[in-house]
Amino acid sequence: MKKFLLMLGLLSALFAAAAPAKDVTLLNVSYDPTRELYRDINAAFVAQWKAQHGDAVTINMSHGGSGKQARSVVDGLPADVVTLALANDIDAVASRGLIAKDWQKRLPDNASPYTSTIVFLVRKGNPKSIKDWPDLIKPNIQVITPNPKTSGGARWNFLAAWGYALKQHGGNETKARAYVQALYQHVPVLDTGARGATNTFAQRGVGDVLVAWESEALLAQRELGKDTFDIVVPSISILAEPPVAVVDKNVDKHDTRAVAEAYVKFLYSPQAQAIEAKNFYRPRLSAVSAQFAAQFPKVNTFTINDVFGDWHQAQAKFFADGAIFDQIGPGH
Amino acid sequence: MNRPRRRPHWSRRIGHVLLVLAATAFLTIFLALPLAVVFVEAFRQGLRAYLSAIGQHEALMAIRLTLLVAAISVPLNVVFGVAAAWAMARFEFRGKALLGAFIDLPFSVSPVISGLVYVLLFGAQGWFGRWLELHDVKIIFAIPGLVLATIFITLPFVARELIPLMQSQGSDEEEAARVLGAGGWQMFFRVTLPNIRWALLYGVLLCNARAMGEFGAVSVVSGHIRGLTTTMPLEVEMLYNEYNYVGAFAVATLLALLALATLSIKALLEWRYGDEIAAHAPGGH
Amino acid sequence: MRRRILPGFGLSLGYALTYLGLIVLLPLVALAWKASGIGVGGMLHLLSSPRTLAALKLSFGGAILAAIINVCFGLLVAWVLVRYRFPGRRLFDALVDLPFALPTAVAGIALTALYAPNGWLGHWLKHYGIQIAYAPPGVILAMVFVGFPFVVRTLQPVLESLDRDVEEAAESLGASHAQTFFRVILPMLVPTLLTGFALALARAVGEYGSVIFIAGNIPMRSEIAPLLIVEKLEEFDYAGAAALGTVMLIASFALLILIAVLQRWSGRWAEQLQ
Repeated sequence: MKKFLLMLGLLSALFAAAAPAKDVTLLNVSYDPTRELYRDINAAFVAQWKAQHGDAVTINMSHGGSGKQARSVVDGLPADVVTLALANDIDAVASRGLIAKDWQKRLPDNASPYTSTIVFLVRKGNPKSIKDWPDLIKPNIQVITPNPKTSGGARWNFLAAWGYALKQHGGNETKARAYVQALYQHVPVLDTGARGATNTFAQRGVGDVLVAWESEALLAQRELGKDTFDIVVPSISILAEPPVAVVDKNVDKHDTRAVAEAYVKFLYSPQAQAIEAKNFYRPRLSAVSAQFAAQFPKVNTFTINDVFGDWHQAQAKFFADGAIFDQIGPGH
Repeated sequence: MNRPRRRPHWSRRIGHVLLVLAATAFLTIFLALPLAVVFVEAFRQGLRAYLSAIGQHEALMAIRLTLLVAAISVPLNVVFGVAAAWAMARFEFRGKALLGAFIDLPFSVSPVISGLVYVLLFGAQGWFGRWLELHDVKIIFAIPGLVLATIFITLPFVARELIPLMQSQGSDEEEAARVLGAGGWQMFFRVTLPNIRWALLYGVLLCNARAMGEFGAVSVVSGHIRGLTTTMPLEVEMLYNEYNYVGAFAVATLLALLALATLSIKALLEWRYGDEIAAHAPGGH
Repeated sequence: MRRRILPGFGLSLGYALTYLGLIVLLPLVALAWKASGIGVGGMLHLLSSPRTLAALKLSFGGAILAAIINVCFGLLVAWVLVRYRFPGRRLFDALVDLPFALPTAVAGIALTALYAPNGWLGHWLKHYGIQIAYAPPGVILAMVFVGFPFVVRTLQPVLESLDRDVEEAAESLGASHAQTFFRVILPMLVPTLLTGFALALARAVGEYGSVIFIAGNIPMRSEIAPLLIVEKLEEFDYAGAAALGTVMLIASFALLILIAVLQRWSGRWAEQLQ
C-alpha cells in the first residue's frame, strides 16, 4: 500500500512538473477540415506576436464536427476563439450568452475571413462523365455526402443542391424538393462527418462522386494522389462562408481578449490570406486571390442570404427534427 | 486432469480436428484479420515511418494521458470491486440481486450516454455547472471528466470477476482465521487476498485494457484539445481524419500490443503458477 | 446469523453503495430527469416515429442476433480452447480479449477496411453478390466483434471446472459423443451461456464507435439508435437525446432481468438433471 502511495506521489509530481509555463494560451475550437490550415496559421501568428510583443503565445486546437464543437463550448469547453463551419453554430453559442449577439458584424465580410464552395470530386478521367448537378441523379450513379444532421459541410452540400434546383426550376419549391430527394436516393453511405465521407470515397472506393467543400477536394487530391481524382466544378454552387468569433465570456475570464482579437483579425491580413489560399480556402483579399487564380476556377455562386434568408431560417426549414431533410433524406 | 486417457477412436479424432479447425477459422477471420489490417497499415511505409509516427509530440502526450487516466481509474475500480464482492459473496441482505444488477448496469449503457450523463451533471448547463464555474473547478473537458467516464465504463469488470469465485470458494478459511483470533484486515490480507489474487489480477488486466481502449464515452467529455485532453483512441481518430493513416494505425498498434502484452502476462502466470491457480479456480479441488 | 462472524459488512457494503451511487446512479438519475423534460406527449411522439422505431429495431434486433452468433461460436471456441491442445492455442486464447482493448473506432476502421467493396474480404464477397459493409450485416458484424470476449470469458472457467465424471459415466452407459454433449453437458452450461448472452447483448445494443464506420447509417435501413441520440444532441435537443437514451437503458435493463430470471429457472433445471 505504501509503495502504491509512493508511486502515486511520484506520478503526480511527474505530471505536475510537466505542466506548461505561465504564458498566454489560446484555445481555438474549430471544425474538422481546418486542421492543416490552423497548424500553419498558428505558427505564423505565434511568430508575429512574439516579434511585436515579445510574449510567447501557445495556441491549442480542438477539432470535431462543427455542431458538436459548438455544443462543447456551450457545455463549458473553455474556447477563446471559435472558427466553425457555419454561422448557425456560432449563433447557438451566442444564444447562450457566451458571445455578443452582433458577433457577425464585428469583423469584415460576415466575420468569415475565407470562403469555399461546393464542388464534385470524381475518379480519375471522370469515367461516369459527371459535369453538373443533373448528372448526380442519373441511373447507376452513387453519390457520397455526409449526414447534414451531424456535419456542417453536409448542410452546405444540401443547400447547394437545393439552391441549384430552385434556380433551375424558376423558384419552384416542389421541383427543388423532388431533385434533392432523388439525389439522396443515390447516397449509399451517410457518414457522420465530412472527413469520414472523404475516407469512404477515397479509401474504401465507394461511390462515383463525392460532394465536398472545394478546400477538402483539393486537399484530398494533394494528400491522396493527384492522379486518382479529378475535380468537377458545377455550373452553379453556394458560397460557403465559415465564420470566426471571439468567445467574449471566456476571453474576459481568461484575460486573453487582446490576443484573441488580434488572432481573428490576423486571419484577414495578407500573410494569413496567403496561408489560407495555400490551404485551399478562397481568400477575401483580391490581391491574394489574383495570385492563386489558377487554383480557384471561377464559380458562379449564390449565398445563404440570397436564397434562404439566413442560416437560422435554413436550419429550421431543412435540418430541424422532422423538417425537410427528415422527410426526403435517404431511406425515404 | 492426470488420469490416464484412452486413445480416442479415429472417427472422434477427426471430429476433434474439425472442431479445432472451425474454432481457429472463426478466430482468424473475426479477430486475427482485423488485427492484421491494423499492423499492415501501420507498417505500410516501413519501420522508420512507424517509429516517427509514434514519436510525435501529440502521440506521446496521448500515451501519457491514457496511462494517467488508467492509473487513476483502475485502482479505484479494484477497491470497489473487492468491497462489492466481499459484501455480495459473504453476506445475505435484502436487495442483493438488485445490487448485482446495478453493478452490471454500465455494460448496458450506450457509451454515448455514459459520456452525456456527466455533461448533464458537470457541464456548464448541468446540475453542478454554476457551482463548479464559481469555484473554478474543471471536470468536463479536463482530466477528471475523462477519469469519471472511464470509471463508469470499466466499473463492473473487477467485481464480476471476483463475485462468482468468492461465492464458490465459501468462507470456511476466513471464519477459521477469525476463530483463531485474526483481526479483520489481517484475515483479509492473509487469507482472502491470496485466495482471490488470480481472479483479481485477471479483473485488473481486463479493466485496464478496456480503460485504455475506451472511445465513445471519453470522446463526449474530452473536448478534443490536441496534446491536452486527447487519449490514444481519440488521437487515432484524429490522425485518421487527417489522412495520416500510418500514424493512426501506428498508435492503434500500441493499444493492440498492450492487449496482447497483458494477455501474455496472464498466460505466463498461468504457465508458471498453473497448479496454484487451478487450486483456487471455482470448483477446483 | 452464523455469517456475521466475518467482519466488514457495513464497511464493504457502505463503500460499494456509495461508489455505485455516485458513479452510476446519480448520473443516471440526471439522465432520467433530463428525459422527463420532453413530457408524455414528447415521449409518445418520439416512440411513434417510424425512424426511431427502425433504429431501435436495428439496435436491439442486431444485438440479439449478434449475441446468438456469439453464443454459438463462443461455445465452440471456449470448448476447443479448454478441451484440446493444439499448436498456437495460447495465441488464439490471447486473441479473444482483443475486442476489449482495441479502441472501438479502430475496430470499426479495420472491419470496414476488410469488408468494404475494395477490402481484402469484401472484394471477394462482392463476386458472390454479398454486401456486408454499409448494410445491416455490417452492423451485426461489428456487434459480434465487440461482444465476443464476454461469451468466451464467461464460459471458460465453467468448462474448466466441469466434472468429467458425469461425461464418462454417460459414455460408459453407451451414449454417443453427440448425445453426451447435447443431453448432459449443454444443459449444465445453459445458465452460463445465458450470462454470456446477456453481457454480449448489453454491450452490443449501445455500441457506437465501431458500428458507425461500417453501418452506412442510412435512415430506416442501417441507422442505429445511438446515432439518433447523437443527432438529437446536434440539434441541442438534450431532452430528446436523454429520453431516447433512457428508453434504450430501460429496454436493455428489462432484457437483462428477463435473462436473469431465465437463468434462475435453467439453473434449477440443470441441478435437477445432475
